[in-house]
Amino acid sequence: MREVQASEITKAVRDLFIDANCNLGEDVLAAFDRAIEKDESPVAKEVIRELKENARIAQDEQSPICQDTGLAVLFVEVGQDVHVAGGDLKAALNEGVRKGYGEGYLRKSACHPFTRANTKDNTPAVIHFDIVPGDRVRIIAVPKGGGAENMSRVDMLSPSAGLEGIKDVVVKRIEASGSNPCPPTVVGVGIGGTFERSALLAKKALTRKIGERNADPELARVEEEVLSRINKLGIGPMGYGGNTTSLDVFFEVEPCHIASLPVAVNVQCHATRHKETVI
Amino acid sequence: MSEIKLKTPLTDKDTEELKIGDKVLLTGIIYSARDAAHKRLFDLIQAGKDLPIDIRGQVIYYVGPAPAKPGKPIGSAGPTTSYRMDAYAPKLMELGLKGMIGKGNRAADVVEAMKKFKAVYFGATGGAGALLARSIKKAETVAYEDLGPEAIQRMEVEDFPVVVINDSKGNDLYVEGAKKYRKA
Repeated sequence: MREVQASEITKAVRDLFIDANCNLGEDVLAAFDRAIEKDESPVAKEVIRELKENARIAQDEQSPICQDTGLAVLFVEVGQDVHVAGGDLKAALNEGVRKGYGEGYLRKSACHPFTRANTKDNTPAVIHFDIVPGDRVRIIAVPKGGGAENMSRVDMLSPSAGLEGIKDVVVKRIEASGSNPCPPTVVGVGIGGTFERSALLAKKALTRKIGERNADPELARVEEEVLSRINKLGIGPMGYGGNTTSLDVFFEVEPCHIASLPVAVNVQCHATRHKETVI
Repeated sequence: MSEIKLKTPLTDKDTEELKIGDKVLLTGIIYSARDAAHKRLFDLIQAGKDLPIDIRGQVIYYVGPAPAKPGKPIGSAGPTTSYRMDAYAPKLMELGLKGMIGKGNRAADVVEAMKKFKAVYFGATGGAGALLARSIKKAETVAYEDLGPEAIQRMEVEDFPVVVINDSKGNDLYVEGAKKYRKA
């Protein structure tokens, strides 16, 4: 049994949310460069240059890339040989969110669904725990903006819809989202499991790096095909028209009920933010 | 692409000359307001009460900025998605609102109201909050401080970069842009 201090977890979560919000991943910046090269629309190229410049300013000033610094989503994999000492694990994670959003000058976007009263410290975080072998704690911080999240959906398809039906659902969702989710987007697709499991798979898919294909070669081909179809829609960066509507599409697949075909599409804006650490 | 420099408040002449795709640099005062502030403004109008700001000729920016770091006027401040303000926008245009800055599609009745009341909808680059904040020189809360990032702020902007999405003739840059590059 290895002991991990709750205070160490708090510190890690604080740092991850500040880092994720201020420093855009190299994979996204490289995807911007490819889009500037390839997009046929001059306006699209200009918008993506702006996004690059924005990322540079954010990094220099250590200010957030986007004012929507998100609801605080955490994927936490706890090794079964870990003992958390000196406090409650969930409280330690939320304290990290509180500190990160406070000390990092990040926007607090959590509010009561009915009264809309702001909780003022961006807690509670949305925490997904997993118990894994080993004696480490892996934490992935995903600040999730509201605009793109609002364009996300779960569809319970009839199994007869098949793989073609799934592809159509994803492309149609992005078409219907239009300019709303701040394209170019990244698209997480969760297929299988139950209603809620498919949504979780879609969210987890967004923690992959741009260009990171599914290990299953057949699914990797499907990801590329759907991305190509999306980029033929013409929506383009910010919806002003162009060939770069999405930067990537990630599929995650698990078995489902014989009666069901759950398909979740989780839309992510170009500020694709996720950072992780292992304690 | 040429850039049109405009000073706020906007007149009918200003808005009537703008067309979709125009790049505009706004200088002057604009007001921030998003979901919760719009609801409060709308409730005041319904109750026949005065608004905390005179919106005639004004431009509302759909934004909830990040907190300002010490020494800065404001934190990152890019646009939020506009359709959530669609329920309130026509009424505000009827009262004289001339411009809205946001991102994303507007409802048909909002586009109709823009035609009727000679108003325009500008897009700012979504997610470019750090870049856009540089054009905001001063910001002060003028109403609804309790709403935190959703409070109404009076912002002094200088050459704030926007693009005309919907003009006062009912045209739509999103529709025209996608048409041009669609391949399927």
